[in-house]
Amino acid sequence: MMARKRQQVLVLYLANSALDSGVKGWTSYDGTGKKNYTTGDSLEAPYKTGLDALLDGWRVIQFPQLIPPYPGEEYSTSFMKYEYIFEKIVEID
Amino acid sequence: MIDKKYLLSSKQMAEFVARGFLRFDELVPTELNQKIMAEIDAGGIKGETAGTPLSQCYKGSSIRTLLDMPEIQGMIQSLVGENPLFDHDAIHVREPNQGAAQGMHADSIIDTRMDFDIQIMYFPHDIPLEMGGTLLLPGSQYRKVNEMDIARYQNFLGQIPMVCKAGSILILHHGIWHCGRQNQTNQRRYMFKVRLNPQVRQLRLWNTDDLETAKGAREIFAGQKDENDIQYILSKSEPWFEDASGRLEIVNRIKQWRFLTGDDSFDVHYWLSRLENRPSVSQSA
Repeated sequence: MMARKRQQVLVLYLANSALDSGVKGWTSYDGTGKKNYTTGDSLEAPYKTGLDALLDGWRVIQFPQLIPPYPGEEYSTSFMKYEYIFEKIVEID
Repeated sequence: MIDKKYLLSSKQMAEFVARGFLRFDELVPTELNQKIMAEIDAGGIKGETAGTPLSQCYKGSSIRTLLDMPEIQGMIQSLVGENPLFDHDAIHVREPNQGAAQGMHADSIIDTRMDFDIQIMYFPHDIPLEMGGTLLLPGSQYRKVNEMDIARYQNFLGQIPMVCKAGSILILHHGIWHCGRQNQTNQRRYMFKVRLNPQVRQLRLWNTDDLETAKGAREIFAGQKDENDIQYILSKSEPWFEDASGRLEIVNRIKQWRFLTGDDSFDVHYWLSRLENRPSVSQSA
């Protein structure tokens, strides 16, 4: 019988476009339903860098694109620019 | 006009420009906290139509007494002038043992004005960490986002959960990112918020006695590690700032400070002076 699998998702917001740069923000979702993550639920980052997540078994599934600023908006700030998305596929009972 | 001694200082104004909020712990007396809690429980706090001068709001209510405290009048007058307009108010309630927090957001809709509204948040009872408290992201107020578009962001380095004693006050720039954290206690959590719009140009409304000395030098990396120096306050990075965008946040602050002081030559660490250097003189042979 095939094992049932679920996806866990980790989103890391990094200091720059390099995967091994520092973690500035983080978000988690757990497809197993065992944990319910929510806003403001942790004060310490799960990893120091994006690379540390790879070393711990996370697979990166999104690299943020480098998009030049829109003309006239070169000095404005908005969303976090370096959003890396990781996944783990885990078996459930 | 309130006595000058209650107005904010230039240093406090610079902190507001840099971080998007000012915090005053245990400012409101216990007796007034209790009166306001009783009024909240009785459903007795009523705002007015949007656009009503604040001086005409909350007549007969303990909220009027709160807003008339000289310390609070000093904050209001320093940031949005003597008689701002009432925008809206809300009593935010977080129910006991909630499963999730509110999503991260900036209030209202995307708002790119240099003029700014303030939001006063008043915490009438003690807020321990497990009760949540409003979560703030210092320095996020200039990011151009539209309300809940940022709800995906759960945590940031340097985020501040408002853990405080009864009677504490937060004054926020309208654009700051925030949310109501999860309440994991058996008690309801309350917070009263009111938004105010300026009716006057926000130009040197605070106590500017210290402004000239605070202005300091304009050289590159001037004013380092002096907590009273405006350039230093405006140049401090927040832990969550990305490397490059963090520099742009300093530019955002310079522009806001120029707007508030009317001094278009003000700079921090030469960031804008360099860009504004457009020589028109030809080199002589």
